[in-house]
Parts: sequence; structure tokens; C-alpha cells
Amino acid sequence: MKPSADLPSTKSPAAEPRDRGGPAQPLLIVEGLRKHFPLKGLPFTRRPVVQAVDGVSFAVKKGETLGIVGESGCGKSTTARLLMHLIEPDAGTIVFDGDPVGGLRGISVRDLRRQMQMVFQDSYSSLNPRAQIADIIAFGQIAHGRDATEARERAHDLLARVGLAPHLFARRYPHELSGGQRQRVNIARALAMDPRLVLLDEAVSALDKSVEAQVLNLLQDLKQDLNLTYIFISHDLNVVRYMSDRVVVMYLGRIVEIGEVEALYRQPRHPYTRALLSAVPTLDPRRRTEAPPLTGDPPNPINPPSGCRFRTRCPFAEGVCADRTPILAAIGEGVDHAVACHMDTAGSGHSKAPAAPVSSLEAAE
Amino acid sequence: MSITAAAPAISIPAPVAGKGYWRLVGERLARDKVTLVVAAILLAVILVAIFAPLITAHDPYVGRVANRLKPIGTPNHWLGTDEVGRDLWTRLAYGSRLTLLTGVTPVIVATLIGATLGIVAGIGGRVVNTLVMRTMDVFYAFPSVLLAIAICGVLGSGVRNMILSLTIVFIPPVVRVSESVTTQVRSLDFVEAARATGASLAMVIRHQVIANVLSPILVYATSLVSLSIILAAGLSFLGLGVAPPNAEWGSMLNALRQSIYVNPVNAALPGLVILITSMAFNLMSDGLRSAMDVRLPR
Repeated sequence: MKPSADLPSTKSPAAEPRDRGGPAQPLLIVEGLRKHFPLKGLPFTRRPVVQAVDGVSFAVKKGETLGIVGESGCGKSTTARLLMHLIEPDAGTIVFDGDPVGGLRGISVRDLRRQMQMVFQDSYSSLNPRAQIADIIAFGQIAHGRDATEARERAHDLLARVGLAPHLFARRYPHELSGGQRQRVNIARALAMDPRLVLLDEAVSALDKSVEAQVLNLLQDLKQDLNLTYIFISHDLNVVRYMSDRVVVMYLGRIVEIGEVEALYRQPRHPYTRALLSAVPTLDPRRRTEAPPLTGDPPNPINPPSGCRFRTRCPFAEGVCADRTPILAAIGEGVDHAVACHMDTAGSGHSKAPAAPVSSLEAAE
Repeated sequence: MSITAAAPAISIPAPVAGKGYWRLVGERLARDKVTLVVAAILLAVILVAIFAPLITAHDPYVGRVANRLKPIGTPNHWLGTDEVGRDLWTRLAYGSRLTLLTGVTPVIVATLIGATLGIVAGIGGRVVNTLVMRTMDVFYAFPSVLLAIAICGVLGSGVRNMILSLTIVFIPPVVRVSESVTTQVRSLDFVEAARATGASLAMVIRHQVIANVLSPILVYATSLVSLSIILAAGLSFLGLGVAPPNAEWGSMLNALRQSIYVNPVNAALPGLVILITSMAFNLMSDGLRSAMDVRLPR
């Protein structure tokens, strides 16, 4: 993904007072985000490193929902935590609405966190068990110097907004709530900071299907009403399709494919994306899955395969896949669909790659 | 729907953070019968300690040898007398003062120091953590009784030195418990979520970490009291703690030991009250644990 350059802003002043870059400026641009976790090793040897996130770049447009999918352990949650600066990235830049985060001229992490909030997967451990719901929601604002009574009043409003009657829930403790209710509290807590971007890290994965649907609809409503932008992280392909405008597919710490949700679901380009999508069970016997599913686990991220990281499980892997790392590139002029696969890179040396150095739209079989 | 539409018109009572929690703990404690009984025993011991001169008729230090080792139920000495004819009830009542002092003081001091060190070690970086925890491991290498005896031996006998040595003995386990709960709590999502709001580290620690760390430490400290009473009694028994004429349950047990064949019931009495009191503290700690864990269903 190429971040769009600073365009002359065509501001609609009413929309968002904090808007700086105008509608064409992506709300969030991530470039080359990297996090390697060193493990303990023998002294005087090179310590093994888990390459949790390795050079991830994408942009989130204003008002859209960007889905991130991938198997567990592919770096989805690490990416979310890196974006929130809950863990420090080793490398990479984050640009929020035109302002780089950190550095001398950029906005501080504290400012970033005011505009970007996160909803965690585990609705239970993400709420302080010793605090009442209203205090949990109010905490962030009080920490930012808001009057405690005011902050609690706002917490009551937010509770109502996420569908929990304030007079019933404000004084309760997290353990007295059901999973869906707790996740609503988590959402209310994130909203309390008036964020523009909300990171939803597997926010509905732990809920049962009926509650999940309710919470998803709540999220859609909130997005509309409060003018939010979402990054929606999930391993559930159907949910991602329902929620997202664009989707990022991650594998072992890297992005393998990114594109508009419908295009990507209808015509997945990367073999991994195809395998993922073919693994989605359907209830229609005529649409029986014919291709064998992916076998095995993703390789160990301590020692990821050279070149293309998917090559060890890819049915189309060839020599070139081990030698060179495919670059995430758009599959056509002006198409918002990029894939990191040698089969889609003209002249890559892969037998299925288009020969001419002109990108082809022909679907690779 | 707008945010304000559903806002309640009622005035919102501003709950003080934490107060609701302690009220809840109180309610749960009140429903726990065993803990109530145990609390009553402890209260009785404390009252006896405070009002010892009012509820006893004799001098704890003066006895008539002619009266020695009278059995329980002797008129004027309802719990009998000890090996030099002093009234046992009086001795036990006065003894509870020293026993409580030596049982509780080291634990309070050790908890204050140990919890601070443990929380700092749990939140601080790797260097701080290693420094604190490895130092504690050095103390851990000695069995607690031996360490207490060694320190007492170096410092000399006496109540103050005994309290000091017990304090030193109790700091490492308190540090360990506090450090482990702190690291546990620190890695939970709600601490991350609090950090994600942009709150300062101090604010996050004060509101999110401390509240969740305090009750396990408190529970552990309560259970240490019983150990402290036993250790103090043991040190006095060995002659390292309270000097003989003073009434203290451990030293009384030591003195009465020789009379065990003459009047075993009297000889066992100080041991019995040590047992009851230390068990009461132990059960109290259990009760506190279940009452403080608001997550547990009743």
C-alpha cells in the first residue's frame, strides 16, 4: 500500500473538528512496522527471536472498517498492541491523520491514545475486577484530568448508548455481567475517550453467535453515529466480511494480501487467502469443498522460512519462493488490491507468473 | 439515538472508588459463620490482652510455692497454678499481651516493607526485579526458624530483638507473594486497557494494580500472624525471646514442661491457647480470602 501523499484538503468543517488532513488523508498510515521478541538463549550465542510482526504496512482510510484476518499467531494482536504503543515497535512509522507519532514534530503517544482506543478480546480480564462499571468507564477521563463526577455522568450516558441501563449496571462489578454485557462495557470504555479510531481485537470472538450479532450491530450503529473508523481484527472470516470495507490477510507476521472485501472474498489471489476462504464451511452441499485444506501448523516464527513465508505449505511453491521475498504489490493499475506472491509478480521467475513485465489480471490457477 | 437521549435525569450518587468493594467484603464476611466465630475468638483474645488487670485477681509474677501445680477448678485459681504457684489464668491473660505483640508487630512491619518491595519488583524492570528477588532468595535459603534463631542469637535475647528477627524472617515471603501477584495483575488486559487510555503509570498503578494486589497480600499477612505467634513462642521456649519471669505463652510452656508428668493438663494449657489463637488467625485468613474474592460465588 502506498500511503497517499498530503493532498490539498477538501475540508468539510462540520464533520470532525479534530480532522487535520482532510478526507483524502488516511486516518492511519503504518509503514514497515516490525516487532521481534527476543527469547532467552545460551549466553554468547545469538538469542533466538520471534518475528511476531515483520514489516507490516497498510493504511486505514477515514470512516472505513479495515479487517485483519489470519490464523492465530500470525501477528494480528501484536499489530494492534503496536499500534496502541502498548508494546514499542522495533521499527516502522505510524502516521495518524498526517501527524507522525513520536519524534520531535509528531504527536505524542498520549495524544495518539486519546484518538485511538482498543477493545480487547477477553472481556473479563480487560475489566478491573475490583472496580464498578461506571468507574471503569470513567477512569480514562479522570486520568486525563476530567472532574470525577462529570466523568461518571458521562459513563452513565455511554452505558445507555451501548445498551446497558445505567441504573442497573453502573454500580455493578464485572463478574456480575455476562460476556456480551462485559464487551459492551469494554466498548463504552473505549468510547469514553472520544476516539476517532477504534481497534477491535477479536472483540466478538469470545461471544456466542446471537450475542455476537447484537454486538456487531451495535458496533455498526456506533460507527455511523459517532463517525468512527475501525480496525477489526478477527479470525472469523464471515464476521470480517460482514464488518469490513477492506481486508488485510496476514501470515506469520507479514501481510500477504490486502484489498476491497468483496473483491478479495470473490477472487482471492494469494494461495493462503484462497486456502483460508475455502476452509470456511458452508451449509450448501452443492458447494462442497473439493480442494484439500491446508495441513499442518504455520512454521515456527522463531525461524520463519526464507523468501515467501507461506512456501512450506503452498501447493505452488517453487525455487524462487525460497530465494526471494515476494513484495506486496497492486495487482493492476488503480486497483485497490495488492498481493505478495511471486505468481502475481511479472517476471518473478515463477512458472505461473505472467511473463511480460505488465501486470496481468488473469486469475492464477 | 444520541448519547444524551438515554441519559437518566436522576442525580448520580458519586461512589467513592473502593468503598463499595469493602462494604461488599463486610457483607460476605458477616455471612460466613466460621469466620464470625473465629473473629469472636480473636476479639476475645484482644480484649483479654487489653483488660488483663481488670479480669484477673492475682499478680502474674507472685506465687506461693505451697500452691504449685494446683489442678483446674481449684477455688480461687480456676485454671489452676503453675510450677511456682502463680495463677495460670492471670499468667495466660497477661501473656496474651506479649504474644499478640510478638505475633502481630513483625507481620505488620514485614508486610509494609515486603509489599512495597514486592510491588516495586513486580512493576519495575528486569534489573530491579532481579536485584530484589535474588536478594530475597538469599534469605530464603535458610529455614525460617533457623534464620530467626540465628538473628536472635546474634542480637541477643529480648522482646525487641525477637520482633526484629521475626520481621526480617517474614519480609522475603511477603515480597515473593507481592511480586508474584503484581506481575500477574500487571499483565492482565485491564492494566493494558488503562494504559491505553493514556493514563500515567502512577495513576494506573494506584487505581488498577494496587487494588488488585492488596487483598492477596493482606490474606497472606493474616496467615503469617499464626506462624509468627508460633515462632515467637518457639523462640521464647528456647530462651531467646521473652525472659522467664515475664508472662508469655511460649516461655510459660517451656517452664511448665518439667511438670508434664505431675499435672499434664496445666502444662498443656499455654500450648492450647497458642494453638487456638494461631488457628484462629489462620481461619481468619481463609475467611478473608473468600470474602475478598468478589468473583467467587457464595
